Amino acid sequence: MTRKSGEQGSAAVAFTFAAFLVLFTVATVYLFVAKIWWFPPAISQFGTQIDDQFHRTLVITGIIFVLAQLGLALAIFRSRDHGQKATFFEGNSTMEFLWTLATIIMFVGLGLFGEHAWAEAHFQGAAAGAIQVEVTGQQFAWNFRYAGPDGKFGGTKPELVSASSGNPLGLDPRDPASKDDVVSPVMYAPAGHEVELLIRTQDVTHSFFVRELRLKQDAVPGMTIHMHFDALDPGQYEIACAELCGLGHYRMRSFLNVVSQEEFDKWMRDQETALQQQ
Amino acid sequence: MPGTITDEIEIIDAGHGGGTDVPAGGDDDGEGSGGGSPEMPQRAYFTVIQLGLAGIIMFFMALTSSFLVRKGLGNDWVAFSFPRILWVNTLILLASSITIQMARRHLHEDQKAAFQRWWAVTTSLGILFLAGQLMAWRQLAGQGVFLVTNPSSSFFYVLTAAHGLHLLGGVLALFYVSHRNWQRSRMSQVTATDVASIYWHFMDGLWVFLFALLYLGR
Amino acid sequence: MVTHEGGGHHHAPSGFIRKYIFSLDHKVIGIQYYMLALFSVFLGMALSLLMRIHLVWPSLKFPLIPGGLMTPEQYLALVTMHGSIMVFMVLTTAPQSGFGNYMLPIQIGAEDMAFPVLNMLSFWITFVSLVVLTSAFFVTGGAPISGWTAYPPLSAMGEITGPGEGMGQTLWVVGVAIFCIASLLGALNFITTTVDLRAKGMTLGRMPLTVWAWLVTAILGLLAFGVLLAACLLLLLDRLAGTSFFIPGGLVVTDTPIVSHTGGSPLLWQHLFWFFGHPEVYIAILPGMGVASHVLSTFSRKPVFGYKAMVGALGAIGFLGFCVWGHHMFISGMSPYSAFAFSLLTMTIGVPSAIKTFNWLGTVWGGKIQFTTAMMFALGFVSLFVTGGLSGLFLAQPSIDLYLHDTYFVVAHFHLIMGVAAIFGIFSATYFWFPKMFGRMLNETIGKIHFWFTFVGVYCIFMPMHFLGIAGHPRRYADTTGVNFLAPLHPVHYFITIAAMITITAQLLFLFNFFYSMKKGDKATENPWNATTLEWSIPSPPPFDNFAGHVPVVYRGPYEFSVPGAPDDYIPQHLTPERVGKAH
Repeated sequence: MTRKSGEQGSAAVAFTFAAFLVLFTVATVYLFVAKIWWFPPAISQFGTQIDDQFHRTLVITGIIFVLAQLGLALAIFRSRDHGQKATFFEGNSTMEFLWTLATIIMFVGLGLFGEHAWAEAHFQGAAAGAIQVEVTGQQFAWNFRYAGPDGKFGGTKPELVSASSGNPLGLDPRDPASKDDVVSPVMYAPAGHEVELLIRTQDVTHSFFVRELRLKQDAVPGMTIHMHFDALDPGQYEIACAELCGLGHYRMRSFLNVVSQEEFDKWMRDQETALQQQ
Repeated sequence: MPGTITDEIEIIDAGHGGGTDVPAGGDDDGEGSGGGSPEMPQRAYFTVIQLGLAGIIMFFMALTSSFLVRKGLGNDWVAFSFPRILWVNTLILLASSITIQMARRHLHEDQKAAFQRWWAVTTSLGILFLAGQLMAWRQLAGQGVFLVTNPSSSFFYVLTAAHGLHLLGGVLALFYVSHRNWQRSRMSQVTATDVASIYWHFMDGLWVFLFALLYLGR
Repeated sequence: MVTHEGGGHHHAPSGFIRKYIFSLDHKVIGIQYYMLALFSVFLGMALSLLMRIHLVWPSLKFPLIPGGLMTPEQYLALVTMHGSIMVFMVLTTAPQSGFGNYMLPIQIGAEDMAFPVLNMLSFWITFVSLVVLTSAFFVTGGAPISGWTAYPPLSAMGEITGPGEGMGQTLWVVGVAIFCIASLLGALNFITTTVDLRAKGMTLGRMPLTVWAWLVTAILGLLAFGVLLAACLLLLLDRLAGTSFFIPGGLVVTDTPIVSHTGGSPLLWQHLFWFFGHPEVYIAILPGMGVASHVLSTFSRKPVFGYKAMVGALGAIGFLGFCVWGHHMFISGMSPYSAFAFSLLTMTIGVPSAIKTFNWLGTVWGGKIQFTTAMMFALGFVSLFVTGGLSGLFLAQPSIDLYLHDTYFVVAHFHLIMGVAAIFGIFSATYFWFPKMFGRMLNETIGKIHFWFTFVGVYCIFMPMHFLGIAGHPRRYADTTGVNFLAPLHPVHYFITIAAMITITAQLLFLFNFFYSMKKGDKATENPWNATTLEWSIPSPPPFDNFAGHVPVVYRGPYEFSVPGAPDDYIPQHLTPERVGKAH
């Protein structure tokens, strides 16, 4: 076997391998730094926190990535067979201990650091005075319900669900609270005002995802899951489904329109007026 | 050139079955009687049955935790009337554990006929248990309690069916032990009875656990 | 010399059926598993190729599809079957049941597995599960569309949730359940053999790391597959018997209220599935880690760096692997407090993985590298494992997973770790052990070309997917025209598809090399690699009972390379002390 991997062949392969690893590392780092395909800008403070944690993680993993790949390249190149004897060592307990400790501190530390943002998303509920929006996913559309002036969501019945007759949520007309419920295929939210989402689904599991909010939550049958956000920047943001829900999963798309408080109030008034005219 | 086995391999005699460093039991157990080539230590059968039981435990633990989760979830868990025959079945199974121990003792003392008798009693008790389980199902069905009636009944049927199937396997194993020609096997008869007994006792204990779960959680 | 009389076990099998079909020989069974995996990987690759082509050229017409255009449900059926076939029929078979079956008994000095009949049954039950699984393609409605994860209620309510959810989904559940049984039986054999059938002198501390990896993997399989079996049973009952383990009440599917189910929990399935599913991915990678350690040491002519730490790391990964399943469920609606706990445990599992990586580097460092194809795949494994593992650090944090969950970032992560690193483990093992198994050498030139196309190719396929994920591209989208923010990502998809086409085509080189060399390769000697473990002390290919009636005795550890003062740069495990230092 040693015949086949003489010094000549060894050097060429070693060099190519090491060179590829170096090139690959450089290209990868470049692409992550250049951010050609990247997150859209965050539109909430929460989103900014997520981005900060992402960057922290990126820096740490980036350093490890570069060191490991270049270390491998160096090991490959230096240890190629150029007539030397291999150095016999079976381990090094000190090094083993040190890099284990370093890894524990780095990984667990990183994890603990990121918990704050998670706590804010999940351990705390929405702020007082938040506008409640009930988000209902179904195969293959989203519907958004606002409680209207009475501040109460009316009752719904599964038997009454009929998208074709304009009652996708199955609102019960005999419940007075449902008379003023606004149901819309797109969501409106006022900028700078906390919104509380009540996420549910009619059929299978879906997932409510808005990139700019850095928010994603599965809509699970049998559950109503609460999330909250405070969008600061007006604009139109796409809502995509992020949990496989059937053949239309790819086109289960809606929009979140973040508008000024006045525009939001106007939109609500227009919706209420349309309801009364029905 | 080093590496060819015929030059360097030290040939050892037929006494050893495994590595020098192996825990628990050391060499071939003193289960002398008949069968088993030296390279196949009887200890391996004990290893495999314990491993098998570990796998079975995980299966039943998954069902048990599903039971507990489902029960704690909503308010649609409805109690049903626990068929009384289940108490009788439990006693039958417990009795069979006693009879299987008696059979084992007779085999260890080389009393083959006594062994076969008590073994047959055990097998019969096992079959009686399974028949009793089927009767419990019939009683429930008579009350209108079926698989889909309620989650509590769903789990009842699933758990008793799963246990019953495993016990049926045990019954078949008992038949196998009493009818196999042990002269022509790698496994010794004593090992086979001991291993089958371990499985049987486990099925007994598992039933007691499931019985408690189903009764207390009904 | 003393030879043994034995029972019927010692006689060589005769007749075609006994030798090649219903063989009790672990070597034949190992090859049978390998062939099953080989067929499955090409099937899985073909499915993914169709997916990639459709994503980039959606108006392309495919033969055999009525009307020619691939429908979204057909795409999702491809997604489901690609994942299921690759995970179960390739990654759970070849590294463990394939190579493990062949090499484990030999490496520990045994004549065969502890229970050859059980072993044969394990293979044939696996074969049946493959047949049942793939038959889903051919029934009305086609293959299921719920992904390899089969989340209910999508997977639990039959055809009303979508095409393929009728008979196709049922066959999937049954096929997977059968696979569970086969895996459980296989695990019994592996563990018992390792515990009880080691040759004299083969202490636990002298076992090759491949054996340790197979042992830990088998323990994982033993404890995990029973849970999946239970889950499949409950899902089957929900589908066919009308129970409500996973289906809550009050559902309305396409304006039709579902009144027959109530009170179940979709999350219950997720917990059961991922309790199995996470150990499963370690089952897929651990044997590759064992092979990497083994091959890196052999072709660096150096001992494995930190053997004990490597064993400890295998055990730690195995144990922790049972504690982290919730990281697949951060966004599922599970308690956010348990998410926190799962997150910390998941970050912790990165530690033994990092230890292994350092030790691989330490093994190569200061060595005298022989660039055989097996070695190159092992080196590639290290690079891929680092890349794939590091993306896990992002996903392990729920705050970041909030965004990245169910995007292409996850697809990149698990493909690099499973679909590539684990595959590289299989390739490395193939190039390493082919001479032993078939008595002939694989062509090294073709092997190196195969390596370069594959190594460069897989990075070209899967690195860009990280950026798709960061841009927010969700998974399992049959079409990229339904959502506006995907439009700028089309060039990336295009690049990935081209890379995939080239890389998949390059695998034909491997296929050719494999079957051609089986017949026409250079004849292999007993120990073409100058390696140390017991398989290299017997002929290539080995006799039916491995050691020709002799029982080997082991005198030293498995990685005695370049020992100072030794006459050769390797000392085989079985060499008696007097023979070391003897001129030859």
